[in-house]
Amino acid sequence: MQFIPNSVLKKTMIHELGLHDINDLFCDIPQKIKIKKLQIPEGRSQQEIENHMRRLAKYNKSFYEMPSFIGGGYKPHYIPSVVKSIVSRSEFYTAYTPYQPEASQGFLQAIFEYQSLIAELTGMDISNASLYDGATALGEAALMATRITRKKTFVIPKNISWEKKSILTNYTKGAGISIKEVAYDKKTGKIELGELQNTINSNTAALYLENPNFFGIFEDEVEEIHSIITKNQSLFIVGTDPLSLGICKSPGDYGADIVIGEGKNLGNLLDFGGSTLGIFACKNEFLRQIPGRIISVTKDQQGKRAFCMTMQTREQHIRREKATSNICTNEGLCMLAAVAYLSWLGGKGLQKLSTQNFEQGQKLRKIITQINRYSLKFSGIHFNEFVIQCPNANTVHKHLLQHGIHGGLLLERFYPELANCILFGITEIHTDESIKHLTSLLKEVHHVS
Amino acid sequence: MYHSAVWNEPLLNELEEEPKEKYTFKPMLPDSLQRKTLVKIPTLDETVVMRHFFRLSQMNYGIESGIYPLGSCTMKYNPKICEDISRWDQFTLLHPYQDESTVQGTLQMLYELEYMLCEITGMDAFSLQPAAGAQGEFTGLLITRAYHESNKDFNRDEIILPDTSHGTNPASAAMAGYKVIEIPSTKEGTVDLEMLKKTLSNKTACFMLTNPNTLGIFENEIIEIARLVHQAGALLYYDGANMNAIMGKARPGDMGFDIVHLNLHKTFSTPHGGGGPGAGPIGVKQFLKRFLPIPRIVKKTDSYGFDYAFKDSIGKIKAMYGNNSVLLKAYVYILLMGENGLQETSEIAVLNANYMKKKLIDTDLYTLPHQDLRKHEFVISAERLLTTKGIRALDIAKRLLDYGLHPPTIYFPLIVKEALMIEPTESESKKTIDIYIDALLRIAQEDPELVKNAPHNTVVLRLDEIGAVKNPVLTWKYLKK
Repeated sequence: MQFIPNSVLKKTMIHELGLHDINDLFCDIPQKIKIKKLQIPEGRSQQEIENHMRRLAKYNKSFYEMPSFIGGGYKPHYIPSVVKSIVSRSEFYTAYTPYQPEASQGFLQAIFEYQSLIAELTGMDISNASLYDGATALGEAALMATRITRKKTFVIPKNISWEKKSILTNYTKGAGISIKEVAYDKKTGKIELGELQNTINSNTAALYLENPNFFGIFEDEVEEIHSIITKNQSLFIVGTDPLSLGICKSPGDYGADIVIGEGKNLGNLLDFGGSTLGIFACKNEFLRQIPGRIISVTKDQQGKRAFCMTMQTREQHIRREKATSNICTNEGLCMLAAVAYLSWLGGKGLQKLSTQNFEQGQKLRKIITQINRYSLKFSGIHFNEFVIQCPNANTVHKHLLQHGIHGGLLLERFYPELANCILFGITEIHTDESIKHLTSLLKEVHHVS
Repeated sequence: MYHSAVWNEPLLNELEEEPKEKYTFKPMLPDSLQRKTLVKIPTLDETVVMRHFFRLSQMNYGIESGIYPLGSCTMKYNPKICEDISRWDQFTLLHPYQDESTVQGTLQMLYELEYMLCEITGMDAFSLQPAAGAQGEFTGLLITRAYHESNKDFNRDEIILPDTSHGTNPASAAMAGYKVIEIPSTKEGTVDLEMLKKTLSNKTACFMLTNPNTLGIFENEIIEIARLVHQAGALLYYDGANMNAIMGKARPGDMGFDIVHLNLHKTFSTPHGGGGPGAGPIGVKQFLKRFLPIPRIVKKTDSYGFDYAFKDSIGKIKAMYGNNSVLLKAYVYILLMGENGLQETSEIAVLNANYMKKKLIDTDLYTLPHQDLRKHEFVISAERLLTTKGIRALDIAKRLLDYGLHPPTIYFPLIVKEALMIEPTESESKKTIDIYIDALLRIAQEDPELVKNAPHNTVVLRLDEIGAVKNPVLTWKYLKK
């Protein structure tokens, strides 16, 4: 059998053990629950399986076969070949968590570099080595805020994705945290400041603010928001899109205590929503409360600079039920892609990329809103996503799909009050040709509806 | 013999040569948000970046460098074909919100994977959403809570687990809001039935168990355990980290487990990625199906789709549908192996472990606490070497590195003194296993000073880990200070 070298030595080894049959090794399993075989197909050759997968692949339409303009946080980005090459090195991708530092200096140094880059990006002092994704990072941030403040109310904007809300609820249920929502301003799409003021009080552990928010809009009243938070001795948690930080201030610069985000757009594939990367950074004073792995610089016996895991008494393998989190396996390789991607971009590259995304967003918004009966839903300044209202979002969606373009995300499913609203997203990867194709279809659909 | 390269590779920020130039930003955002200085990310040429990471990779031990017998981690070979296919555009360049009609290939793959995992474990339904084993556990405990609450049973706030359990078990239980009760194992290394009976009550929500357990011992009283747990009105949870021992031989579902998680990055050969991404799918029996995370993948008359209409579902646990490329690699692996290959996988994994165990304990240098027959892993003790020569498990682990071999898991489970927890997996040839055995035996007979000061041949020598705790330096900004 493939991948099992000792298949051919089975008999010899069994005899060396003084046994007669392989089943002697399974005699401790009660007869009553033993099975003879699994009811799945027999193994097949690599070539046969590759053919099977090619057939399956035909039933998918990838971005290059069908350009998509879907907003909602996940977007396709250009991934340089150098990133693909680095994450394809098997010394990295087949390695375990670096528990043996002398045999894992390469990965440990890369994690240290990731922590350093994330700290610079977010304006925080420290970062961990990654969490599962941006949504679970929110759950962990809420738990950490509760541990720090010993307060049990957590405030979020109403307009975060429903997935995030559901995950947050699941992560905080056990700790008895209650979640309060603050409405968005119906005109601007930003958080409602008056309602925020009324919701946050001295029992509030923290506010979570997304910037840019789920509608793609920049929350620019951060000074006012920060002062409401500090007045109530609460913590300020900011969710960020790292690719916006080339033009937008780091959340640390406007008072964030904890910064989280979805980092998959730093060099990771769309992957149908997988290959995620939970960014988690905070101020140094919270070091002992941070969930997940952390890498530190240290020295070896001869004084040579080296890297190792540290503060492990926070973690489950040492601390068991008293750990700051249950996380063990994180998103190591996605983190590696992010370091490689950021070092390929550089500071100037990131600034350029952010600008490009901002400008693409403005351009597409202008083009679409010039078409009859497509109007902009919210007036706030947006990044590379924005909400468009039209007479019949479903008809638009179907028409685009029939003609080889995937339109934006229909928001009614998540927000009943946003019937016929579409969240469009665009990045540096979208060509003028695909934009033209989209707009001509949008014009057409108008005539048929 | 493997030796890593020794590069004194600078940090990325130390590689930057370009003089810092002033950068003027054209204002795009309101002043409160407008960035005015560049983010301090070093500017490097691609050649410099590539060489940097190439050199780092040469200072990292992977499964292709050699044997990697970490107990309970199942570090097996990661077939290249799985990697290849998982990188095809048609699978990777898919948006999670894409119209279902345009992702039928992936939906079919996920649907079939769920089906095969059900068959392998004897469960009735699976969700592929959890990102790792620990998240699978957490999901399982949320389901446990939802189940008891649906029975208007609000008093069950305790989770019982044996002292051999993985650290994630109690951590996940605590995160789900439960009290954790740990029960000691018997001298045979299995669940103490009397103790379990005493501890079970109408406050027990769930009993979490790994089978075979972390000592590599099959819990042969499992049918009675299941009966006792169910009699108390509690659920039985299966930590699937050790599933590589029993595929095609026995199934958790038939043993009486109600909830199961699997680690696809262990049993089903997807690479560990230096610590993820993983996948920790969660499987349940019919009566718990309605609580599984949404969306569920369903087969309609002529297509596959997502179904969100499960009102009792616990909701979401991870963004979108799981780590898709990991799921795809596991799917390809299962198809390649088939029922016969998976069964042989477990047979040889168990054969390799028992062969290795016998050769090691026959010498009397290492001892084997608890019973003899093991499954895919075993835990030996180096206590004798500690008393006679002052050599600890940690020293042995470090000395193995000098032989170019990756050490086993050490000091776990906690009930074995100076524990070496070894899981060779089915991927290793007899030759490699013999080399490993030989190294462990030689180390036991070497000059103790040589062993206690190991490693000697690695890129860095033994590290000051205590110093890193006392004075953590976590970013290059702090390193400069």
